[in-house]
Amino acid sequence: MANNYLTSESKKLATWYFTFAAIIFGAQLLFGLVAAIQYVMPGFLFEIIDFSIARIIHINALVVWMVFAMMGSVYWLLPDETGIETVGIGLGKLLYWVFVAAIVVVVLVYLFIQVGPADQTTIWFITEGREYIEAPRWADIGIVIVVLGFIYNLYATGMKGNRSGIVTVLMADMLAFAGIYLAGMGYTDNISIDQYWWWWVIHLWVEATWEVFVGSIAAYGLITMIGAHRKVVEMWLWIEVAMLFGSGILGIGHHYFWIGTPEYWWEIGALFSALEPLPLVAMFIHVLYDWGKMQGEEDALGKERSVITNKPAFTWFVLNAFGNFLGAGIWGFFHTLPQVNLYTHGTQFTSAHGHLAFFGAYATILIGMFYIGVQGKNGIKIMHATKKSIWSTAMIVGGVMGMTVALTAAGYVQVLVSRAQMGATWAGYFDGQAGIWFAQGMDWRLIMGVITFLGFMVLIADLLSTGKAAHHKR
Amino acid sequence: MAKKSVWSDNRFWQRSAAWITGFAAILLIWLTFDTIPQITMGNNADIENGVTKRVPGPTVINYKITYEMSKKRGHEIPIIGGKNKEGTSSFQEKEKFFGRDDWSQEEAAELLALGKLGSQAKNCMDCHTLLGNGAYYAPDLTKAWLDPAWGSEGSMQAMTGKSTKEEAMAEFLQHPSQYPTHARMMPNLGITAAEAKGLVAFLKHMSSIDTNGFPRNFGKIKGAVHGK
Repeated sequence: MANNYLTSESKKLATWYFTFAAIIFGAQLLFGLVAAIQYVMPGFLFEIIDFSIARIIHINALVVWMVFAMMGSVYWLLPDETGIETVGIGLGKLLYWVFVAAIVVVVLVYLFIQVGPADQTTIWFITEGREYIEAPRWADIGIVIVVLGFIYNLYATGMKGNRSGIVTVLMADMLAFAGIYLAGMGYTDNISIDQYWWWWVIHLWVEATWEVFVGSIAAYGLITMIGAHRKVVEMWLWIEVAMLFGSGILGIGHHYFWIGTPEYWWEIGALFSALEPLPLVAMFIHVLYDWGKMQGEEDALGKERSVITNKPAFTWFVLNAFGNFLGAGIWGFFHTLPQVNLYTHGTQFTSAHGHLAFFGAYATILIGMFYIGVQGKNGIKIMHATKKSIWSTAMIVGGVMGMTVALTAAGYVQVLVSRAQMGATWAGYFDGQAGIWFAQGMDWRLIMGVITFLGFMVLIADLLSTGKAAHHKR
Repeated sequence: MAKKSVWSDNRFWQRSAAWITGFAAILLIWLTFDTIPQITMGNNADIENGVTKRVPGPTVINYKITYEMSKKRGHEIPIIGGKNKEGTSSFQEKEKFFGRDDWSQEEAAELLALGKLGSQAKNCMDCHTLLGNGAYYAPDLTKAWLDPAWGSEGSMQAMTGKSTKEEAMAEFLQHPSQYPTHARMMPNLGITAAEAKGLVAFLKHMSSIDTNGFPRNFGKIKGAVHGK
């Protein structure tokens, strides 16, 4: 990577973020495989890296690589959007290393210390033991400091330079994203109150602020990759913000059906979360519509030429538009009504939705940003797909879809046998797990997981080599 | 010249987005102010005065807890200390917990705090689900206290050789891999005797939380699956 065409310090910093994100992405998949193997062979790494530890790293790595790639994306687009170099780039670099170091320490503690005694020192230094945000409290505080620095850079740059619609949305969204994290830092003996605030972080991240973030990145991608008109794209972005926050904020109610909270959350959760797929459908239509419109304008000039300036990245952006709608929208709606959720809550059904939603809504578009980074770094004007990029896309998409279908089938067994027939007891649980279709579902999930991982290896090989390929237009 | 339509005006959509977001956020905050008092933990005085709380006080561990269908609400609810005429908790029938049914507010709260901390320090919800949330590698623990497997005729209690539910659970938690029930086992997490006691109190308390009927039909169905 000797040739670096990047002159913007902000974009250089963005590539640091993308690189670390890709490494952690690999860790996510690796520990996912460990957990998947344990479903098939329960003795695998027993009392060495137990399922709980593999899963913590699998999911924490997912969250962390996405946050890294999101911060990288912002550093990448800021100079383009604001027309100036990002303010506070030195601070950005320092915080990058602080963040990386903190994550390495947290992961090493997860791996080698794993659990602690039932007192506050464990909460402060080992694990908070709350799914998705297990990071101990010292790391929580570190994350808040890092994110505050990031927000400062974003605001300072946005206020000094040209504050476009995209930057305005990001400024509001990232502030909410950071502020909401505070809701998950406390400790209480009351598990209902605990989970009430814990969902503020999890839900208001992935079903509200992260989705708005994706809307902003999609808007940026449409402008830069197919030359979509800013006025149209930004108008659509504001409509998306209204729809996403309008449905997503109160959609939190679908997590408050069974945790001790009052019954009125049934109605609120059902209504608003049922609306959540609408902006995702809209975003899909919008991306395809803009693409068709821009290509149509080009075709009218009589030139046989694609409007897309980065084929692999745009492929991932389109996959994002569809995957978000399918994974978050359809698979989410499947089990969002309380009448269904009473039986599906806490089964592999949720896990199927989780896999396709995180992949479809977030992994896709962030992989697209990796390709935009590679394009910029290598000074490529029009970037084409390579065999590797096509293969990696096919393997990753096929693998994740396969895992989702397998987990959905396993989920059905669990819902019907463990929940509906057996009433959710210990014995009922294991009857469901012993079902032949459940076991087959877990076998297929592992196979599809391996395909996903191999696809990831090809993806990395492509990201590292495609910049040198001769068929791009420079 | 025709006037420009408001529907294609970015300012209009920007303001709409701000208003809708603000409205949704204010509604969520308002609902939070209504919900939090409803799920705030009760205390011993509530229990002694027969006041049912969605999250009862820690001294609920002194009482017998069952999970029964409420005709009025159309789903099962936790019944603490036996049922009264209205079909809700009467807070009369006590049950010994580690040999005592007179745990004071302070003692019970301390035990519960130890258990809740333990549930986090041992990463319970990264295999199990608590109130249905967590991982799906091990059984849901929401109503684990009421699981027939741990009852006097249950296989789990028999396996540990203990004579009460709480002692059997505490024994299992301290040495889980000594009691393999399935190929998928619980690992040894270094849980001490005191922590195990706290964790069992935490589980008993959790079973008394009003979860709007989740999970459905818990422990009610025996047999009938695969002809068993």
